[in-house]
Amino acid sequence: MSDYQKWIPVPTPETRHFWDGCREGRLLLQRCGDTGRAYFPPRPFSPYTGSRNVSVFEASGQGALYSYVINHRPARGFDAPYAIAIVQLPEGVRMMTNIVECEQTPEALELDMPLEVCFEKIDDDISLPLWRPAHG
Amino acid sequence: MTYKPGSIAIVGAAESTDLGKLPDISQLQLHADAALNAMADCGLRPADIDGIATAREAPTELAHYLGIVPKWVDGTSVGGCSFMIHVRHACAAIEAGLCNTVLITHGESGRSQIGRPVQGVGPSTQEGQFQMPYGPLGPPTMFTIPVLRYLKTYGVGIEKVANVGVVQRKWAGFHPRASFRDPITIDDVLNSRMIAWPFRLLMCCLVTDGGGALILTRADRASSFPTKPVYIQGIGESVETSLISQMEDFTSSRAFRVAGRTAFENAGITHRDVDHLMIYDAFAHLPIYGLEDLGFCGRGEAGDFIWDGNTAPGATGSNALPLNTNGGGLSYMHSGMYGMYALQESVRQMRGASPAQVEGAELSVCHGVGGMFAASGTVVMSNRPA
Repeated sequence: MSDYQKWIPVPTPETRHFWDGCREGRLLLQRCGDTGRAYFPPRPFSPYTGSRNVSVFEASGQGALYSYVINHRPARGFDAPYAIAIVQLPEGVRMMTNIVECEQTPEALELDMPLEVCFEKIDDDISLPLWRPAHG
Repeated sequence: MTYKPGSIAIVGAAESTDLGKLPDISQLQLHADAALNAMADCGLRPADIDGIATAREAPTELAHYLGIVPKWVDGTSVGGCSFMIHVRHACAAIEAGLCNTVLITHGESGRSQIGRPVQGVGPSTQEGQFQMPYGPLGPPTMFTIPVLRYLKTYGVGIEKVANVGVVQRKWAGFHPRASFRDPITIDDVLNSRMIAWPFRLLMCCLVTDGGGALILTRADRASSFPTKPVYIQGIGESVETSLISQMEDFTSSRAFRVAGRTAFENAGITHRDVDHLMIYDAFAHLPIYGLEDLGFCGRGEAGDFIWDGNTAPGATGSNALPLNTNGGGLSYMHSGMYGMYALQESVRQMRGASPAQVEGAELSVCHGVGGMFAASGTVVMSNRPA
């Protein structure tokens, strides 16, 4: 997909599992073995306790729109205006994303609206997690 | 052991000779121009300086460029509040006897981009993997991203954010060196060009070129300088996260709370003691977050506090709190790392030398942000010895 104009992430050894999961259509988070709390972005230890006792698990794929802006300035690969959003996952973590399959307007993008994850294949290695209005 | 309030003083302070759009001077020379002005302010030469701190540029580069032989260096570079943090580190170093006279410099060709180091994000960094793919275009699209959550949580309207710039423009009107001095209305702000909804142009800082420098030494030496000493009474610092998506609470900055509380406790002051306040305003919501996180206002109340005129020129009564009296990053100047200019205005106020002088002001709090809610530094200063 050489026509992809947006920024393409490059995994590190510590984040490889996350991007492998995305390629398979699975959103993988990690959990601290001591506290049971999930965390993001990926790292091979718990940011809560410093313990290396952590595990990888698949997220529910559900979320809610937590906050956003709608950028009006031109950006490579994007058709402005477009929203840069934060999604709150029920697992307790947040991530930046774009909201797809939805008008990019304040009226359509209602805070706390339910979202579900989907993935956009960029190339054979990287699929990008995106979120869209939940279909229930 | 903590820093002893009043033991260190700012004896030299100056901005670059010019501020604004300056295509004929490099970023490095903006540092040097401000440093030379600060040395002239207090009658020192490079040979008298034995400690140096700066951000973005390495202190190595500045020391050699200025002909300084330091015994102490600090290159803490965590964004626009780095200079507040340098003040804290310099106080500790001087108090510990590591050096006697510290120069802190800032220079930034933010608008003209002359002699500016290349900046960028790598695609395998955390930001490169987990934020950049979604098309953020710098601070206007990221520093602003928590605000909708704040507004919804507290039921605050965007006009309260727009009003911050309106009030600060009144302060800028007193300053001949401010970039924007003409009064504006809330309608002007709400009808200005959309940048990143809900933020419009006049809710975002300007981008200019400039520099600033401070010189600190022991308070017991301060009387030998020609300037009115400004005593450091308390200082705090913290960092949270370089990823705006990962800040703990979108309605409050943890770094603000930690730095502010540390500085207030160090100084042994209460909010009622504060005569003058600077809160780094890269965007119009920052004074709102700052007033709440520093404890001047309750949660969700700072927009109303500003709306009611308490921070504006001419405010009277027990709630009067002159805020961002140079016009702030929204009107005075903003090179990219604005914290130095907030410090300069606090020093001017404590010297009784601001064009927007707060009559009788004896205690100033200067609060900075670094990155996008990533870092913070707070400096409490006074024109009275401890």
